Amino acid sequence: MLESIISNYNYWVFIILLVVGLYSMMTKNNLMKKLIGMNIFQWAIILFFISVGAKRGATVPVIAGAHGHDTHTLVARAAEYVNPLPHALMLTAIVVGIATTGIALALLVAIYKRYNTIEEDEVIEALKK
Amino acid sequence: MIREQEDIIIQTVCRIFIPFMQVYSLYVLAHGHGSPGGGFQGGCIFAASFVLMSIIYDLNEVKRRFAERFSVFLASLGVFIFAGMGWLCLFLGGNFLDYGVLSTILPVDPVMARYYGIAAIETGVQITVMAIMVSIFLNLLTGGLHEKDVEQAYVRVNNQ
Amino acid sequence: MIAEQFPILIVVTPLTFAFLVNIAGLWNRRLCFPLALIALSACLFFAVGILDAVITQGTPIHYYLGGWKPPWGIAYFIDHLSAYMAIIVAAVALLVAIYSKRSIEREIHEHKIPQLYTLFLLNVTGLLGITVTGDLFNLYVLLEVASFSAYALIAIGEEGALIASFRYVVMGTIGACLYLLGVGIVYSMTGSLNMVDVSGILPHLYHSKTIALAFTFFLIGIAIKMALYPLHAWLPDAYTRAPSAISALMAPTMTKVGCYVLIRIMFFVFEPRFSIEYIPVTAILGWMAVIALIVGSIYAIAQDDLKRMLAYSTVAQIGYIVLGIALANKTGLIGSLLHILAEAFTKGCLFLVAGAIMYKLGMRTIGGFKNLFWKMPFTMIAFVIAALSMIGIPPTCGFFSKLYLLLGAVEDKAWIFVAALLISVVLNIVYFFNVIRRAFFEPSASADARDGGVRKGIAIEEAPLSMLIPIWVMAIGIVLLGIFSGKIITTVLQYAVPIGL
Repeated sequence: MLESIISNYNYWVFIILLVVGLYSMMTKNNLMKKLIGMNIFQWAIILFFISVGAKRGATVPVIAGAHGHDTHTLVARAAEYVNPLPHALMLTAIVVGIATTGIALALLVAIYKRYNTIEEDEVIEALKK
Repeated sequence: MIREQEDIIIQTVCRIFIPFMQVYSLYVLAHGHGSPGGGFQGGCIFAASFVLMSIIYDLNEVKRRFAERFSVFLASLGVFIFAGMGWLCLFLGGNFLDYGVLSTILPVDPVMARYYGIAAIETGVQITVMAIMVSIFLNLLTGGLHEKDVEQAYVRVNNQ
Repeated sequence: MIAEQFPILIVVTPLTFAFLVNIAGLWNRRLCFPLALIALSACLFFAVGILDAVITQGTPIHYYLGGWKPPWGIAYFIDHLSAYMAIIVAAVALLVAIYSKRSIEREIHEHKIPQLYTLFLLNVTGLLGITVTGDLFNLYVLLEVASFSAYALIAIGEEGALIASFRYVVMGTIGACLYLLGVGIVYSMTGSLNMVDVSGILPHLYHSKTIALAFTFFLIGIAIKMALYPLHAWLPDAYTRAPSAISALMAPTMTKVGCYVLIRIMFFVFEPRFSIEYIPVTAILGWMAVIALIVGSIYAIAQDDLKRMLAYSTVAQIGYIVLGIALANKTGLIGSLLHILAEAFTKGCLFLVAGAIMYKLGMRTIGGFKNLFWKMPFTMIAFVIAALSMIGIPPTCGFFSKLYLLLGAVEDKAWIFVAALLISVVLNIVYFFNVIRRAFFEPSASADARDGGVRKGIAIEEAPLSMLIPIWVMAIGIVLLGIFSGKIITTVLQYAVPIGL
């Protein structure tokens, strides 16, 4: 039991972060805290992806000692390299996360300017009038 | 944060620091194929230099350098560089973003032509990311009054 | 351009034109609308070209970005289903763009018009990209492109639009992140992101719990994006508060493209037998669809605001489409796909009519629709045609789609589904006839009765021509699509249904 927790600790961290983010999005009243919960949720998923792509004792996927124009004559030993694809995918996911945060923050600033509060129940009260 | 810092030490340090940040961002862009880096990371560092400038110096100064029309223009320019490379490869006969066909107009073999193609699109990505990050920051800071004078933002902050 | 480049041109053209519109808006604000029209007409031309190529060729089209073959590169994969969806999205986008000129001028401050057309074109880019792509992660990126422009477009609307858009941001991001999680798990188990590749590797892994977990994440993520009950909570507020032209763009397309993604994941990436034998997903989806049908219609009856009623009606129609998917036999799926087409044109027409009423009267409450037929006859006749299609009366295309859904349910001997379909048809009649009664048959007030009951005093104040033409093109399209629905089925839909059902 303890061994399964320690050997899969990256999955446990990811799940705890995911649930913390989801809880914050569902129960908190302040819109800024919902936004931070959404951010934690997204970063937990990015962490999961990257932890899946890690490899013990592997190096950067660059052919060592090669410069210039005759690199394609050298042999690439693929088993020693970290898989670069999850990192490239997660870079895209980080950009998507930043864009989402930017949009949500701009909406928060506009909501504050309009209703003078960012508590969700007060905004809904103001809307009903 | 909007007012100018009067402390001479902070101003001097940042005045030396900001150009180094910008040169470092170009280094990160150029070495993206071998070490961690690339277009997006370089763009973020470049934008961070503008954020530092707006924290330390007067906000109106940064808004003069980065008016909204300018950042919209830069963002679109970056996208046009990226999409333009793709359209260029289409016109030269290959598939979209097939940089190998660039070897017909550049004096290199197809493998190196792919290398140069990727460098070009990363530059486009850097320009767009930098413009958008600074634009997001300035819009959030001034509450949407990017074009107008920042005095109105002063008034709101002081009245609360 | 050569015809084999159409798959990428249909995505890149609105993207490039979006930023051209942005720069042109800096210079002269009047240039934005013609540029947007040029881009969307080009998209419709490319979509027709793609459908033509797929029908004549018979086999799906593969297009490799950058010249790299899968699994190293991103591949675009277009079969009959993709081409069908691409034409629907392109046609609806073009008609709404023609409509949007006068409607946007009335509702939105003129400084924001260039940005609005930029976001419009980016939304169309994302939706068209989702329909043509064949790569799982590329689908996530384009889904987020479409969603971001939707969040921003909705926030430009009226009074409660900001909080509605914020709610949509939070819920939409959860959905997209769950989809990304599913993609991550599938990638870590199979090592490939290409849809065709993964569908070849997955059958060996169907017994593992990890793949079942990935399938669950896919399903819930797409259900949030698609507004399947009970994950529909963002939809009524968002579609009510958005500007009229934007609701008309998004209601026919965004949720239907979500249904298309569900069909792709359930029947192409995972084989149909996975959804039936290993996890009883079809049973669960069937029950949720039945609840969506009935509850959506009941909510719609209770509304006083026309656009809110139509938004809840959209929730009910998603129930129809998911019911067809859950039946998982050929007739049901053909009914579901035909219902996507019918629903796109019908809902588009209805939201455009709601926008025209808003343009002329300045309000949308159904209680105030007295004598509307005499003021705006052409608009209300188009409303009646669209309402008939929604209820399911021949020869409109709504009748044929519901007929196929009924036949599919009868074939499966699922009598509860048949009963739910018939009950929801009755509920649809209730809320549409409410509007029609107010507009056409409201008894005249005492002032009119003193004139002897003759409605002389009411002049015709129709909506402007650039708004009437798209409404009528959609209304005529509803009737024509119904008459030619047999031909549509034999040429396109028969091959769009996946093998193995």
